[in-house]
Amino acid sequence: MSENKGEIKKMMIILSKGTLENVYAAFVLANGARMEGIEAEMFFTFFGLEAIHKKKLTHLHVATVGNPAMHIPTMLGGLPGMEALATSMMKKEMDKVDMPDVAEFLDILTASGVRLWACKLAMDMFHYKKEDLYEGVEAVITVGDFYKQSSGEGVHMLFI
Amino acid sequence: MEKIIAGKSVAVNEEGYLTDFKQWDESIAKELAAEAEISLTPRHWEVLTYLQTEFKNEVPLSIRKIGKSGVVDIKEFYQLFPKAPLKTATKIAGIPKPASCI
Repeated sequence: MSENKGEIKKMMIILSKGTLENVYAAFVLANGARMEGIEAEMFFTFFGLEAIHKKKLTHLHVATVGNPAMHIPTMLGGLPGMEALATSMMKKEMDKVDMPDVAEFLDILTASGVRLWACKLAMDMFHYKKEDLYEGVEAVITVGDFYKQSSGEGVHMLFI
Repeated sequence: MEKIIAGKSVAVNEEGYLTDFKQWDESIAKELAAEAEISLTPRHWEVLTYLQTEFKNEVPLSIRKIGKSGVVDIKEFYQLFPKAPLKTATKIAGIPKPASCI
């Protein structure tokens, strides 16, 4: 922690999950960094790509199965429509605390100077093209490129 | 605690935010802006006035609200007050630091 007296200069946030609660966690952390004067970049990989896929980003769901904190029995969580129900309930609560939806949040992030990158390997795996992605995504890059972006003092990396 | 800003003794908290908005004036704003390495332009004043109006109306401030204000968009807000815009702008405006996460 002696480096920069422990001061955080930049947050590199890797989002690998496409469930609503994880996407929001990553977005709030990236935006919160910018609000504090900390630089922030995001790397979307595997299911995290859903958060920047134009057709999918409006249909993200919270996970009702395998999530004990939801307090829904796993058997019930797996029933058709449960994810949609839980998601719409959560979205109502998010609206109450002035939380933007995913599309608006992406606009806020890019306007705030957060740089967005998509993972090349995951893009190839899911057969996504750059045109499928939200316009604010700068480029499709490799993990090596992302590490290069992360060089410097006071840079912290977070995997979600 | 008390701090001398622009030749006047004003009450501030440990982070340097004015605790009594009535003590705020333009010379204080200019000096607080200088501390943040910002020289205030008419655009800055428009934003500061907007923030003070929201404060007086007891509207909680957030980056999202600023973006929807019609006064300034988020990109310009970051350009006007680089680094931590909401924290810096509210300090210069003499109002409390917002407790918003968004």
